[in-house]
Amino acid sequence: MVASKSPCCSCSCEETIYPCNCELHTVDSTITIANRFDHFLARWGIKRMAHRVEPGLYQIGSPCIDSPVFASANYTLSFDALRSALAGFDAYILVLDTKGINVWCAAGKGTFGTDELVHRIETTGLGNIVKHRKIIVPQLGAPGISALEVNHRSGFRIEYGPVRARDLHEYLRTGKATSEMRTVNFSIYDRIVLTPIELMHISLSAIVVAIILWFLAGIVASLAAIVAVLAGTVLFPVILPFIPTKDFSMKGLILGIIVAIPFSITFASSRGLPGWVAVLGAVTPLLIIPAVISYLALNFTGSTTFTSRTGVKKEIFKYVPVMAAMAIFGSVICIFLGLCRVLGRI
Amino acid sequence: MFNSYLENTLRYYKDKCINCKRCTEVCPHGVFVEGVANAELVHPTRCMECGACALNCPVQAIEVQSGVGCAWAMINAALRGKDMDSGECSCGGDTGSCCGELK
Ligand code: SF4
Ligand code: SF4
Repeated sequence: MVASKSPCCSCSCEETIYPCNCELHTVDSTITIANRFDHFLARWGIKRMAHRVEPGLYQIGSPCIDSPVFASANYTLSFDALRSALAGFDAYILVLDTKGINVWCAAGKGTFGTDELVHRIETTGLGNIVKHRKIIVPQLGAPGISALEVNHRSGFRIEYGPVRARDLHEYLRTGKATSEMRTVNFSIYDRIVLTPIELMHISLSAIVVAIILWFLAGIVASLAAIVAVLAGTVLFPVILPFIPTKDFSMKGLILGIIVAIPFSITFASSRGLPGWVAVLGAVTPLLIIPAVISYLALNFTGSTTFTSRTGVKKEIFKYVPVMAAMAIFGSVICIFLGLCRVLGRI
Repeated sequence: MFNSYLENTLRYYKDKCINCKRCTEVCPHGVFVEGVANAELVHPTRCMECGACALNCPVQAIEVQSGVGCAWAMINAALRGKDMDSGECSCGGDTGSCCGELK
C-alpha cells in the first residue's frame, strides 16, 4: 500500500469546484507482502489492536467530483479487501473509526454507525469533494446505520453494496446486487480463517491443563486435553454443517463423544488395573471431553453469521447446566483416580 | 428438539409497510423478499436478530431486539449476576472468543 497525504481536491480532473482544507490520503489497490503479513497476524489475533488504518478520506486511482464513495472500517482486513477490489477504479474510500474492528462486528456494536458516519462526512469535508450525494456502504454495516437518519443529518444517500468486496465490480457494472451477493454464507473458507483465533484464545489455559493432567493422570490424559481443545476450536468450525442437529452445544456433545471414545477405550483396556479403576477411567473422558467441546462449540456461536441472540440464550439455559454437571462429575472422578495413583493405591 | 433457533424476536407489521424494499436489501439471510404491495416475510427462522432491517425501515414496520448472540458475554454477565443482555461483547479486545474477523 502506498499511502501519502495531500491536500484534497488535488484530483486529476480539471473540475475542482470548492476549495477545502482537509486532508486526503492516497492509496493504491496493491496488496503487498507487508499487508499479507499484517493480515496473517490479524487472523492469529496477534497484536489485535494494531491492525488499523487511519480514519479519514482516501483516494484510489484518480477520482474526480463524480467518482463513487465507499465506506469502510479502519481495520486493515476490511480496508484492504475493499481497496484491492477497487483495482482499476477511481474512487474515494471513507474510513470510519471502528477502533480496528471489522465492519460487521463494529456495526453490531454501533461503532460503525450513523453518528460516526455523519461525523466523518463532516470532518473530511466530503460534501466539498464530490458533487453527488451518495455513499456506498457495505451491506454488513447496515445493522449500525440508519440510512434515513444519515440522509437527514448529512444530506448523503446510503446505498448498500454487496456483502463481499469481491462482488463490487459486478455490482458497479450492473448497479444491482443479486440476492446471492446480499446473502452471507459461512463457507468452509470463512470458517477455516476463524480457527486460529479460536485456538489462540484458549491455548494458554489448554497448555496449563495439559501439564497438570500429565502429572496427575499421565500422558494419555494430557493428550486428551489437547485433542479436546483442537477438536473444539479447529475441527468443530471446519465440519460445523456436517454435524447433526442445529444446536451448537448438541453438535459439540456429539463431536465430543466421538472424540472421547478412543480415550475411553485406551483407559478401559490398560492392563494391570483393577476392574473398578478401568471402568472409572473409561467413564471420565466420556464426561469431560464432550463437556469441553460442547462449551467451545457454544462459544463459537459468537463468531458465526447466523445465530440469533434469542437462540443462543436458549442454548445457554438448556445446555450449560448439563455441561457443568458432566465436567464436575468427570473432574471429581479424575481427581479421585489421580489421588489414588499418587498415593500408590493403584 | 435440538433446535433453539425456531423462535426469535423479529416482528413484522405488514400493514405499515410502504414497500420501499430496504429490508430485502439489508438482510444478510434473505428473511424478507420483495412482494407486490409490500415486503414478504418468508424465512423468519433464518433471522439472526442483527437489527439491520428494523433500523433501516423508514416506517417502523419491523421490530427486532437486536444484539450480538455472543455466548461468552452472556454467560459472563449471568455469572456475575447481571442481566444477560447487558453483557458487553468483547470482540476486538484481547479476551473473549466472540466475533470472528469477517470482512
Ligand atoms: S423496509 Fe419497511 S417499509 Fe420498506 S419494504 Fe421493508 S418493511 Fe416495508
Ligand atoms: S434482523 Fe437482520 S437477519 Fe433478521 S430479518 Fe432483519 S436484517 Fe434479516
